[in-house]
Amino acid sequence: MVSTPHATLAPLLARHAGRANELLPLLHALQDREGYVDPAHVPAIAAALNLSRAEVHGVITFYHHFRSAPPAATVVQVCRAEACRSRGGEALVAHVEACTGAHIDGEASHGVSVESVYCLGQCALSPAVTINGELHARVGPARFDALFADAREQGGHD
Amino acid sequence: MTETSEIIRSGACRIYIPRDSAALALGADRLARAVASEAARRGIAVDIVRNGSRGLFWLEPLVEVQTPSGRIGYSNVQASQVSAMFDSGWPACATQDGERPMPATDPDGSWQAGMPACVGRVDAIPYLAKQQRLTFARIGVTDPLDPVDYEAHGGLAGLRACLALDAEAACQTVLDSGLRGRGGAAFPAGIKWRTVSRAEARQKYVVCNADEGDSGTFADRLIMESDPFVLIEGVVIAALSVGATEGIVYVRSEYPHAIAALEAAIDVARREGWLGPDVLGSGRCCELRVAKAAGAYICGEETALLESLEGKRGVVRAKPPIPALSGLFGQPTLINNVITLASVPFIFAHGAQTYREFGMGRSQGTLPVQLAGNIRRGGLVELAFGVTLRTLLDEFGGGTASGRPAKAIQVGGPLGAYLPPAQWDLPMDYEAYAAVGAVVGHGGVVVHDDTADMAGLARYAMAFCALESCGKCTPCRIGSTRGVEVIERIQRGDTSSRQVRLLHDLCETMVSGSLCAMGGMTPFPVRSALEHFPADFGLPAGAGRCEAA
Repeated sequence: MVSTPHATLAPLLARHAGRANELLPLLHALQDREGYVDPAHVPAIAAALNLSRAEVHGVITFYHHFRSAPPAATVVQVCRAEACRSRGGEALVAHVEACTGAHIDGEASHGVSVESVYCLGQCALSPAVTINGELHARVGPARFDALFADAREQGGHD
Repeated sequence: MTETSEIIRSGACRIYIPRDSAALALGADRLARAVASEAARRGIAVDIVRNGSRGLFWLEPLVEVQTPSGRIGYSNVQASQVSAMFDSGWPACATQDGERPMPATDPDGSWQAGMPACVGRVDAIPYLAKQQRLTFARIGVTDPLDPVDYEAHGGLAGLRACLALDAEAACQTVLDSGLRGRGGAAFPAGIKWRTVSRAEARQKYVVCNADEGDSGTFADRLIMESDPFVLIEGVVIAALSVGATEGIVYVRSEYPHAIAALEAAIDVARREGWLGPDVLGSGRCCELRVAKAAGAYICGEETALLESLEGKRGVVRAKPPIPALSGLFGQPTLINNVITLASVPFIFAHGAQTYREFGMGRSQGTLPVQLAGNIRRGGLVELAFGVTLRTLLDEFGGGTASGRPAKAIQVGGPLGAYLPPAQWDLPMDYEAYAAVGAVVGHGGVVVHDDTADMAGLARYAMAFCALESCGKCTPCRIGSTRGVEVIERIQRGDTSSRQVRLLHDLCETMVSGSLCAMGGMTPFPVRSALEHFPADFGLPAGAGRCEAA
C-alpha cells in the first residue's frame, strides 16, 4: 500500500491535468494507492487541476471517505444507522471499543482504529461491520470476536 | 428446460452460490471455494454459477442445485458443512430433498444434525411466490454478468421496443406508465423525461443516482449486484429518449461490490454492442461510466450530486434552474434513481398499460419494499402499491427477529416518519402516507421492537443531520445542532411544555426554510417519535403533539 509519494502522484497529475471535474477520481486513485491523501500533496494537485489550494482542501475534508493521515493497521467500521441500531448496533459499538481499546472515531489503539459508518446496505442482516474493508453481516459480539481474531492473524502474516 | 437437459448430458451438476454482497458478508466466497474443492477431491463434476441474490436475505448464503424438477435450495450454508453434505450424497440427492424439504416453511431448524436446511423449490417459497416481481424478475435467477442469460430471461426486449419509437413517443410511454421517481420524491418520471427531451442543447446527460445512503434501503445495491444489465438497459433507453449520448452512474463508495459488478457489466455490455457508438446496430450512440462517490450522504440529493460529479464539495444548489434544463456542467440532465431506471425496461417491453395495472390511485406499478431492521425474514419484497405494513411485518417478515413485540416502523429512510401500530394498516401509497405526515420514500422499512428508545432515535435523526448537512442553509446547518440540544434537555428531564414547543418551532423552521430534503425532512422522524411515543421522552400521553405544546 505504501510507496514513495511522488512516484504515485506524478502520473496521476499527468492523467488528470487541467480537468478540475476529475478531482474526485484523482483523490480516489491517490488514496487507493497510498492509503490516504497526504496534505503535502494539496499544492501540487491544485496547480495541476487549476484550482485553489482552498478548493482542494475543501473537497478532501468535505467527504468522509478521504483520510488525511495514514490508516491504522486494522480498521474496523461499525454501522451506526437505524437498521443496525434496531438489532443491537450500539451495544456492538461498546463491545468493539472494549475489545480493541480504541474509542469510536478517535485515536487508534495498538494498531486498531474503530470508525462509524452510516449504512453498508446490509439492513436486513444487521448489525453490519467491515474489518479492513471486508464486509460482514449479522455481527453479534461473539461473531465479531472471531472475525477480528481472523483479521489480526491475517494481518500478521502479510 | 434446455439448460437442464444440457447439464444432464454433460453430467455436471449445476450449483448456484450467490455473489451478492449480502451472501458475501455471510461467507459465500469461502463456501464456493469449499464446494469446488470438495467436488474436485471426490471427482464429482459440478458447474458452479455465481448468481445474484434472490433477496431472501435471511436464507443467505442460499445455495441452489439445478434438478429436473427445478432449483432446490439449501439455506444458511456454511463452508464447514460442505464436507458432511457431500458425505450424505449431495448434490445428487437434491431431487429427493426437494420432494420432502425439511422443514418446509421454517428454515431456522435443521433437518439433520450439522446440515443446512433444504427449503425445497426456491421459486415456490411463499415469500417469493407471493411477490409481483417486475423490476426484480431476474435477481438471483441469472448470472449477473452473463449476457446470454440476460437475453434468455427477457432482457433487451425493452430497449428493442424503444428503438422503434421516436423521442416524443418514448417519453409518452413513461408518462403513460404512471412511473414516479423511486428515489423518494415520487415526481412523475415521464414529465422529467419530456422536459429534458424538449430542451435544446449541444450535450445532454443521463445521471443515475446510486448514492443509496438511506439506512433500511438496499434495492439499488441489489439491482447493481444481482442484475446490473437491467440498469444499463434502463439508462440506454433513457438516453435515447431524451437525446443524451452520455450516462453516468454515481455510486456510493460504501458499495465496492456494486461498483465492481456494474463496471464489469458495462464492459460486457460494450462488448455486446448494447452500449457504445452503435447501440444494437441502430447507429445511435450511448456511452456509460461509473463515478465513485466519497461518503457524503448529502450527495444523494440531486443537485449536490451534480456538484460532486463536477469535482466540487457536495453543496446543494438552489432551484430553479431545475437540472432537467441546467444540470451537469449547465447542460440539460435527466437524473433518476436506480430503481426508476431499472423499472423502465419492463415498461417498454410489456407496455405502459401493463405496468399501470399494478398499484392504486396515483401510485402505479410496483414498489420494491426493503424489509429491514429487527425482522425475522428480512429481504426484498416487490409488490404493487397498496400493501400494508402489517402484511409486510406478519406475512412476509414473520415478526421481529428478537421475538419481542414490534413498536415502531420507520418507512422511507432516515428522513421518514416512525409509524406506530395504529398506522400499520395504511396502504403503501404516496398520497395515503403523505396524509398522515409520513413518506413512502424509497420503500425502506425498518422495524424496531419494544426495547427501542424513540427519544434516542429522534436525537439520532438530528445528530445525523448535523453530521451530514452540507452547511449551505442555516435551518439545516444550525437547526440540527440546536435540535440535538433540545432533545437532550428533554431527555435529561426538562419536560416543560416550553421545550416541547421549542422543538416543534425548530422543526417547523427546518421544514419550511431548508433548501433540500435533508433539513426539510429530518423533522419527520423527530416529530412522529415525539407525537406517537411521548412516554419515551418522559412526557404524558398527548403532550408530544404540536397543538398540545
